[in-house]
Amino acid sequence: MAEDLRSRTESSLTERVPDTAEDDLGSDLHTAHQRLNMGPSHPATHGTVKFLIELDGESIVDLDVQVGYLHRGFEKECESRSWYQAIPYTDRLNYNSALMANVGFCLTVEKLLALETPERCQWLRVLASELSRVGDHLTRCGATCLELQAMTPFLYGIEARELIWDLQEALCGARVTSNYVRIGGVRHDLPDGFGAVCRDNLARIRELLADFDSVVTRNRIFVDRLKGTGILSREDCIAYAVTGPLLRAAGVPLDLRKSEPYLCYEELDFDIPIGEVGDNYDRYLVCVEEMNQSLRIVEQCLRRLEMMGQGPVDSTDPRVRWPAKNRVFDGMEEMIQQFKSVTEGPRVPAGEAYGATESANGELGFYLVSDGSQKPVKVRCRPPSFANLQPLSRMVKGGLLSDLIPTFDLVNMIGGECDR
Amino acid sequence: MSDVRDRLRAALQDTLPDAIVDSHARLGDETVVVRSDALVDVLVLLRDGADLAFDQLVDLTAVDHAGRADGPRDPRFEVVYHLRSIAHNHRLRVKVGVALEACEVDSAVPIWPAADWMEREVFDLYGIRFRGHPDLRRILLYEEFEGHPLRKDYPKTLRQPLIGPFN
Repeated sequence: MAEDLRSRTESSLTERVPDTAEDDLGSDLHTAHQRLNMGPSHPATHGTVKFLIELDGESIVDLDVQVGYLHRGFEKECESRSWYQAIPYTDRLNYNSALMANVGFCLTVEKLLALETPERCQWLRVLASELSRVGDHLTRCGATCLELQAMTPFLYGIEARELIWDLQEALCGARVTSNYVRIGGVRHDLPDGFGAVCRDNLARIRELLADFDSVVTRNRIFVDRLKGTGILSREDCIAYAVTGPLLRAAGVPLDLRKSEPYLCYEELDFDIPIGEVGDNYDRYLVCVEEMNQSLRIVEQCLRRLEMMGQGPVDSTDPRVRWPAKNRVFDGMEEMIQQFKSVTEGPRVPAGEAYGATESANGELGFYLVSDGSQKPVKVRCRPPSFANLQPLSRMVKGGLLSDLIPTFDLVNMIGGECDR
Repeated sequence: MSDVRDRLRAALQDTLPDAIVDSHARLGDETVVVRSDALVDVLVLLRDGADLAFDQLVDLTAVDHAGRADGPRDPRFEVVYHLRSIAHNHRLRVKVGVALEACEVDSAVPIWPAADWMEREVFDLYGIRFRGHPDLRRILLYEEFEGHPLRKDYPKTLRQPLIGPFN
């Protein structure tokens, strides 16, 4: 099907083809399937993706999803650089929650190096990840409303995301592409006064979430568009390796933060929301509840970091850390080590490792292969939105064309991550 | 956790005793390397065995070992499967070697539909073909793209011919 769809479209936006199937309405009534070419840049989708849709009236008969428009050769670039130089590229995978990709990549490199990070660094990473999870879900839910023609909730969501980005800017100097996490540590500790600003912002975010909730969650039009549309059953979710909020919306309580805890998630108190039927409304509800849970986690992290007092945020392992500056000026060995660290980057022992973290979209995995040199042999990013987007045609087939919009939005395909 | 590999070995004992070429659990990642001709049987067993129950193919990718600093590898490519069982909460990495000449392995799409796009991606970027794949065509790159960019002998700076109606 996909094959002949592809061969016959492309030239014109839509074309009519005769319907060969028998129709219930009788053979004298002429009906035809219509082929619609949607994307790769379409105002009703926030992602660069092309749909080739075969329509029977307004119902979707078949759908071919074409990805790859944002392919930048992430893996190839990483293979020709040092391990450190891959970190800024991970920012550009899921640009809504860049910090989580930083964390996922560095955790996997640390696994290869068998490196332990200080406790304070782990709490900072969790704090940063959970803030960006809230930002990611706000974008997902806000943009869904926007594309269903509801501007107001989108603006509430974006105002809240601004507050997250303000915090992120305070933390690492950048609003979107953070480049905050380092192999064996993080770039900075919290700036002075971060706790107070963060608490103020969290309070305002909670107000905005309540406003968002009051105009959307029980809104008749919104519920009608979302309830019962884009269903993906529990079995299909598992078979297609769907992870994250989509899988949980289908009733599978799988969250890597609980099932394979990393960093300090074991010590945190939070719940995993799950849905019942796996339709768009369940996905929306799961995302909203996850934001509340993430805000809880951020508060716990803040409290913990304040209780802990100052401490190192970086590993002292000489393989990934520069020697102290005064020693570089005085000692030959340290000077050579600094020179080699800067020009070559760390050497990672030969081997392979797969590290998985729970990102906003689902399981973000990194599979790294090293041959013991300064450059990786392989940097594979297992992108959650690539796997989650694959069963999209299954979700929307038989439904209305208009249901494709909220379904695609709540799948939250992020081009940077899906196409790499 | 080391019993995942033991369970697999026990399950293979009667039918395919020599299917596993190598196995290790370095850095805590359970790994088996299987013979290419036994791949599908092993994968089916991994999915259906009651004490294995790997119901999710989390990731499928390939590695090109050409030009490794620690010496050449034979065969040159490896296709790598990352599996997870939701019921048992365990993981397993399955690897299979692929030689440059044949450059073909059996498709896992009949076993896990998730393999569809992932195999297309490996085909696209490495040029490894999957026998029995329902729709094996490029996914991230375009039809007119020449070569397979993640192969180590594909230079990073290589330009591709321009395509489109005006070229």
